[in-house]
Amino acid sequence: MITQRSIEEGVAMEKGKTTPEYFEACSIIEMHDDDVKALGLVPNQLVRVTSECGNVVVKTVKGRQSLYPGLAFIPQGVWANQVVPPRTQATGEPQYSGFPVTVEPVNGEKRKSALELVQGAVGMWRGDQ
Amino acid sequence: MPKKVENVGCPYCGVCCDDLVVTVSDDGKQILEVENACAIGNQIFHHATGSERIRLPRLRQPDGTYKDISYEEAVDYAAKVLYNAKKPLIYGFGSTNCEGMAAAAKVAEKAGAVLDNCASICHGSSFLAIFDNGYPSCTLGETKNRADVIVYWGANPAHAHPRHMSRYSIFPRGFFTGKGHMSRKIIVIDPRHTDTAQVADIYLQVKQGHDYELFDAFRAVVRGHEIPDVVAGIKREQIVEVANILKKARFGTIFYGMGLCHSDGRNHNVDIAISLTRDLNDYTKWTIMAMRGHYNITGPGAVWSWQYGYPYCLDLTKKDIAHMNPGETSSIDLAMRDEVDAFINIGTDAGAHFPIDAVKHLRKHPWITIDPNINMASEISDLHIPVGIVGVEVPGIVYRMDNVPIQYRKVIDPPEGVISDEELFERIYRRLSELEADEAVKEHAKAAPEGVRAGE
Ligand code: SF4
Repeated sequence: MITQRSIEEGVAMEKGKTTPEYFEACSIIEMHDDDVKALGLVPNQLVRVTSECGNVVVKTVKGRQSLYPGLAFIPQGVWANQVVPPRTQATGEPQYSGFPVTVEPVNGEKRKSALELVQGAVGMWRGDQ
Repeated sequence: MPKKVENVGCPYCGVCCDDLVVTVSDDGKQILEVENACAIGNQIFHHATGSERIRLPRLRQPDGTYKDISYEEAVDYAAKVLYNAKKPLIYGFGSTNCEGMAAAAKVAEKAGAVLDNCASICHGSSFLAIFDNGYPSCTLGETKNRADVIVYWGANPAHAHPRHMSRYSIFPRGFFTGKGHMSRKIIVIDPRHTDTAQVADIYLQVKQGHDYELFDAFRAVVRGHEIPDVVAGIKREQIVEVANILKKARFGTIFYGMGLCHSDGRNHNVDIAISLTRDLNDYTKWTIMAMRGHYNITGPGAVWSWQYGYPYCLDLTKKDIAHMNPGETSSIDLAMRDEVDAFINIGTDAGAHFPIDAVKHLRKHPWITIDPNINMASEISDLHIPVGIVGVEVPGIVYRMDNVPIQYRKVIDPPEGVISDEELFERIYRRLSELEADEAVKEHAKAAPEGVRAGE
């Protein structure tokens, strides 16, 4: 798994992290067609991504920037950071790119909003305000 | 008549475009049009005068709602949090001016805090490599005017630095590069076929996390040694071909990004990139440049190096001597070991951009956010203090990715009553000094022996 920038993420972030634009730009995952097929996914299906330190539900989309099989991409931001391992190899820098994850289809679950994820993680989520 | 302001700087990415033209309404309150900026830069200016801007500090109440308070109350609250903490962490600074950074450093020194900037989760690896191995770099103007070979390694400017290619590296026609794109060879190395790879003459799809081996192979070939058939997913013939192009360049620049800094090896990916650059200088002229992220993330490195001798991860808890050791004094490492007991988020969004485990640790303690806008950090804060937007409402010095300082302008006034980062930190500094003076008087009174009045 790698997490990196995208221009949609940049524009949406400047619009605001609580906007629908930010939600759509960042709560996604891009994979190689072979992997999508092997997992039996249809486009726009929701998947759960699990790493050594957490999991998050995101939507599979077909990106313009192609990856090789076995590599996946989530734009940097709230969703990616639910699964980014904080280990720094004693440099201060978390493992933002190059960490193992599993991806599996989910049913009957929704993507959470940025606020719900972050406030939820620290015990401050008070439901849809 | 609407007024056009020229030579405006864009407060987003490290390209620091300073050729924007912004049209401001009659009353000087609305931004009507932004010329020359990319989509992201555009959004910043238009967002600035949006209705959702907040104008007063907001303090979290016991029921979880926020209540507006005055700047005076906010300054007092922040000063007391810093004063009472044993080891507060002040983190961020990617998005403010150098004046704000210098004022914040004064506060950190007085409070005995750890002072850190976004480099520690971004190009901090580059600093570590530079400490080890030097930094044979140049300015962007030199690349524009001279470079006939450009390498983007683990960087995707098409998305992260949208006007980098058109202003400085690929498309501009410079003094010795009159044919623009035609006079340059572009090489992109990335595990993804990015939009930047689309404009490359040569694209190498390296296996994620194997950049070190590929650098090693390039160095071996440049020095005339044999290499295996395939290295990091790239065929030997291709490595030899590219190595020859690098050797034959008149002037080359390697631009690199998070592909190196965020992957396995971190600083070692960067130090071997620097070694390759140095090797190539035995044959021709090569330079390397970190694609610094925020428009002024180079600033804290410059300001604090001048003030304390260290660019980031500054431990000022001893007050009269600074200490720096990123594996120990970086924000993420401190957070994960629960070593700090208060957090100030300034000019960044740790709520969104730290791994969530680090956020959970930091949130056990007081958390203050200083930012013009609502973001994830502000929404989990005890106190959110709004400030003016640098480059839009507040002028100041910023440092471009190549360490060139640029004077940013102010195009409109901040919302009424909203102050700058610099003023805010100066006020927190004054309040901290008062608290310290009060305490000194009390201590003095306590220490005075019986029959002698305090102060004598
Ligand atoms: S390239 Fe960077 S500095 Fe230039 S306009 Fe775009 S975001 Fe702003």
